[in-house]
Amino acid sequence: MSDPLVFRPLQGFYTLFHKEWLRFWKVSVQTILAPVLTALLFLVVFAYSLRERVEIFPGVDYAAFLVPGLAMMSVLQNAFANSSSSLMQSKMTGNIIFVLLPPLSHLEFFGAYLLASVARGVVVGAGVLLATVWFVDLELAHPLWTLAFALAGAGVMGALGIIAGIQSDKVDELAAFQNFIVLPLTFLSGVFYSIQSLPPLWQSLSHLNPFFYMVDGFRYGFFGQGDVPPWLSLAIVAASFFALSFLTLALLRSGYKLRH
Amino acid sequence: MVPAIQVERVSKTYGALRALDDVSLTIEQGEFFGLLGPNGAGKTTLINTLAGLVLASSGAARVLGHDVVADYRAARRALGVVPQELVFDPFFTVREALVFQSGYFGLSNNHAWIDEVMHHLDLTSRAGTNMRALSGGMKRRVLVAQALVHKPPVIVLDEPTAGVDVELRQTLWHFVRRLNRDGHTIVLTTHYLEEAEALCGRIAMLKQGRVVALDTKQNLLRLHSGCYVELRLEPDRLPPSLAGLVAQRREDGYRLALPSYAEVERVIAELRGAGVEIQELEVMQPDLEEIFVQIMSRH
Repeated sequence: MSDPLVFRPLQGFYTLFHKEWLRFWKVSVQTILAPVLTALLFLVVFAYSLRERVEIFPGVDYAAFLVPGLAMMSVLQNAFANSSSSLMQSKMTGNIIFVLLPPLSHLEFFGAYLLASVARGVVVGAGVLLATVWFVDLELAHPLWTLAFALAGAGVMGALGIIAGIQSDKVDELAAFQNFIVLPLTFLSGVFYSIQSLPPLWQSLSHLNPFFYMVDGFRYGFFGQGDVPPWLSLAIVAASFFALSFLTLALLRSGYKLRH
Repeated sequence: MVPAIQVERVSKTYGALRALDDVSLTIEQGEFFGLLGPNGAGKTTLINTLAGLVLASSGAARVLGHDVVADYRAARRALGVVPQELVFDPFFTVREALVFQSGYFGLSNNHAWIDEVMHHLDLTSRAGTNMRALSGGMKRRVLVAQALVHKPPVIVLDEPTAGVDVELRQTLWHFVRRLNRDGHTIVLTTHYLEEAEALCGRIAMLKQGRVVALDTKQNLLRLHSGCYVELRLEPDRLPPSLAGLVAQRREDGYRLALPSYAEVERVIAELRGAGVEIQELEVMQPDLEEIFVQIMSRH
């Protein structure tokens, strides 16, 4: 037999991240191109049907207002889809054991799935921006804010996706997460409108939706204006991230629905 | 020397079901050990407990002295498990699957050993093939290779030959025997008792979550001090005095279970006395399957 092997710390984390990266990259038509096309369709339908009637921020064209919202919506939905579908499929097919048998810690496991989700979310978000900037007049007033909210928002959704993937044993259970939690919260987060245009009750309810702060903060990076101050948004998004991460790590550590 | 595997009073319950019931056993380094039992006996639960896929309700399990919970990194690094289910990741090729598996164990630049494992399992020509495109037998080979990518000193094969062809079976046993000769401890579960008889030095039998037999193969075979006699008679009927010995009524005769070899003479004498001619007589030793059936029916 050949020479003794040398085990490297963090190699497991890196490998799992690399595998998860390749997993979505190999099917990029479905995981990147399709959501970019969906965002483009939203832009065409909403921007061209409402552009004469709606001006949300003074001096900002509705189509320009819409683009960051669509980009952030894509970031959030795809970050969620990555970790949740990967874990759920692995559980369904049984190949989850390939990552349960090795000596990966719950932190490495969490970090790899989370980072791959953030990567897919950011890649899709960048794709949406690249595909749409040709149609609108858009400037990045504060790029660091934009980046911070994209990363933090994708992190929140990556962690939520891990929880959904662990919890779901079947496709319809995961679909329930998507249809009853992720989709309503993203659609009602101000992607298509400013909450200032809503009646008082809906404005108050929107403030309870953490997705609203992700979209508003991300949009602040483009226009330098938002419905709430960006620091407040970042604080709420960061708090959501830490709370979900804490819960995810606790589930992974206990082996909930993974180690029986 | 630290035992390869130590299981101390391990129990596992799922609600009212007791999948493992106070199981204790020790497997020394370098052994070829068989874990036998009917479906639902707890073999896979025991293996999964060692692998960290199942968390024991009570008791402790160690691999090369490393507790599978408290010191799971060292325990899992020492263990290679070939799972019973034919699972695979459809996104990747054979080589990618092996490189990833090796990486999960903390190894980079492990291509030389991966190539060697692929060579021994006749997978080299399929290295670039997507897992989806492989036959069941080839997928089984990849599962074996995945269990070996980190050169584990202890290898557990959970029914690795279930539903595979003769060629793979022979390739697999040739390779596993070689690993055992090189010092790897092998733990095998199988429904093919002739495989266990041919390969294993020591055997544990489980039933309903309990260890009902644990000994060397020779001692287990000696448990049955008697023998079997197969007879073809003319006329084809036994005298009433021998009716209690019938183990099996065959199309062309009888199979008698005798408590000792000395009984053979009495059988012959009784047949002569009854005027029955012996046309054919074969004395046979019990094999592991018969021992297995006896032990299972006793508990």
